[in-house]
Amino acid sequence: METRIVTSKKEFNLKAFFLQWEWMLVVIFLLVNVMNMNLSEFYWNYESLRDATMTFLDKAFIVLPMVFIMILGDIDISVASIVALSSVIMADLYNSGVPMPVAMAISLAVGTLCGFINGLLIVKYKELSSVIVTLATMIIYRGIAYIILEDQAAGSFPEWFGFLGWGYVGSIPFILIVFTVFAVLFALLLHKTTFGRRVYAMGNNITASRFSGVQVDKIKIAVFALTGLMAAVTALFLTSRMGSTRPNVATGYELDVIAMVVLGGISTAGGRGRMIGAILAVFLVGFLRYGLGLVNVPAQMLLIILGLLLILAVMIPKLKWGGGKLRKS
Amino acid sequence: MADYGSRTKTVSAYIAKFRELGLLGFIVILSLAVQIRNPSFLTWENINDMVTNTAILSILTVGMMLVIVTRGIDLSIGATLALSGMIAALAVGEFPGLHPLLAVLIGTAVGLVCGIVLGFLISRFGILPIIATLGMMNVFRGLTFMVSGGKWVSAHQMPASFKGIATGSIIGINNLIVIAVLIYLFFYYFVNHTRTGRQIYAVGSNPESAKISGINNDRILWLVYTIMGGLSGLAGVLWVSKFASAQGDTAAGYELSVIAACVLGGVSIAGGSGKISGIILGSVLLGILNNALPLINVSPFWQMGIQGSIILVAVLTNAIVKRGVDRNHLMRRSV
Repeated sequence: METRIVTSKKEFNLKAFFLQWEWMLVVIFLLVNVMNMNLSEFYWNYESLRDATMTFLDKAFIVLPMVFIMILGDIDISVASIVALSSVIMADLYNSGVPMPVAMAISLAVGTLCGFINGLLIVKYKELSSVIVTLATMIIYRGIAYIILEDQAAGSFPEWFGFLGWGYVGSIPFILIVFTVFAVLFALLLHKTTFGRRVYAMGNNITASRFSGVQVDKIKIAVFALTGLMAAVTALFLTSRMGSTRPNVATGYELDVIAMVVLGGISTAGGRGRMIGAILAVFLVGFLRYGLGLVNVPAQMLLIILGLLLILAVMIPKLKWGGGKLRKS
Repeated sequence: MADYGSRTKTVSAYIAKFRELGLLGFIVILSLAVQIRNPSFLTWENINDMVTNTAILSILTVGMMLVIVTRGIDLSIGATLALSGMIAALAVGEFPGLHPLLAVLIGTAVGLVCGIVLGFLISRFGILPIIATLGMMNVFRGLTFMVSGGKWVSAHQMPASFKGIATGSIIGINNLIVIAVLIYLFFYYFVNHTRTGRQIYAVGSNPESAKISGINNDRILWLVYTIMGGLSGLAGVLWVSKFASAQGDTAAGYELSVIAACVLGGVSIAGGSGKISGIILGSVLLGILNNALPLINVSPFWQMGIQGSIILVAVLTNAIVKRGVDRNHLMRRSV
């Protein structure tokens, strides 16, 4: 009986909180822009802002499925390694004579497979947290990338491949269009389909979901495989932008991605959060970086800011909920 | 059914009981195999080298075991190590007359502060350890670059007394080994024979019942991250003294090796279990792998993959063994 009361109460707080959090993100986003405008006169310029999106949107592809994973209450820290592995395999295949489109398809398949393996291990060994499983596969995937390419760089892709990272359709960057399409698709998947509702249900109470006939294992594997696929998409855009690849590419991406998801208001305990928050967070962090980069704030300072942002983003809701919980008990 | 159950009980209980023995057996077999491929492996010099190189890893492993026992994880230790090593190195660079012991204290103090901050975030705000340590990892790493201005502190800027911390020896045994042994002795006593030590395990195996039985969970959590920070700080000074160089990216990714050593040593990621004897073997095994793979001409580019696979196998083995033990407990309860 008591559990039911607590749950319904939480849902009530939840809605109020959501409204606040997304609004807060919008406010922070505006603040960041105002700050940037004051920092540098070169900031407020349509063309440079548009081109700035091209530099930070590559990792945003992973943010979309990571929202699903974190709503499930899991985490995937192997994504950066999957990016590296897909990228390296694509480059290696192309350099050994495989046509580029085939190499790209295989790269996407490899990413999906990596994600699938993560999901399979997590589902088969439920007593292992996703942290430790993806920690191990994170080392393995990057290890394989090193085995394939050692310490060399591979590149010299066909010219059209550069379009992914550098091209425009009309006056809009290609990557921005692709990201918008994916963002809409993922938002629909999360908020408008049974699949999405089930993901929320599993994040709130996985046992109850299983007993209500949700195929929890299949959904979890699908979500992790989807994350692998999107990591491979990131690999395509990133490789295209850089023009070559190395086994140590994309190091630290997992932190950026997790920071954006958490900043977007997705609870680390699972079950709560919305896609729009994460998408807002992507642009917030991206423009913050771009603006601070304009005024030559060192990259290390950005590291500190991002780390603190991540901590603050998880701390602020705890402050509220912590108070609520105390009163309840 | 009952028959099958009782058989499972014996097997898994057996494995769980003799886990360390199995690990030891594996180490012996591995050493012999390497020795056959390269006879210089089991020479006194190489063994001495190997143990010295493993000392820092094993010091960190103790702290990580305590953290993992409380169901946590600490990804920030590589950064804490770099920060405290850097500050200690800058201090001795500025004041070459500084007593080496004072340098060690400075580094340890920096590490303690890092750990206290982390413990505060985790215990007071209930932030998931992985998120908190991932965030602070970047903060500490960024701070390391900031305090050093992006520059290295290299060997010629350090006085001989400072470098002597890691190269010197007491009665023929390298200082690093002596420090590691002292730490292990202390923590063996701490986790097995003090009230607080036992409380760490209680919090890890069942936080709710620990709280009900009067244990201050927050205090214990805070304590383990503080210990972890302090040990990372100490390890930072030893690291910088040993390699005679402090850089912004010192020990980047080292936390993975430390976690690997814990997992190999049978520390359960689900919390509540882990033994000092286990993590000694885990560190030694990892040390042997790092030392032996180059000796038998395995390409350095394979090392990461091999290390990852070993971690995965160890984690899965732990899970399977624990399944058997749990089923065993359940059976005993239902009888």
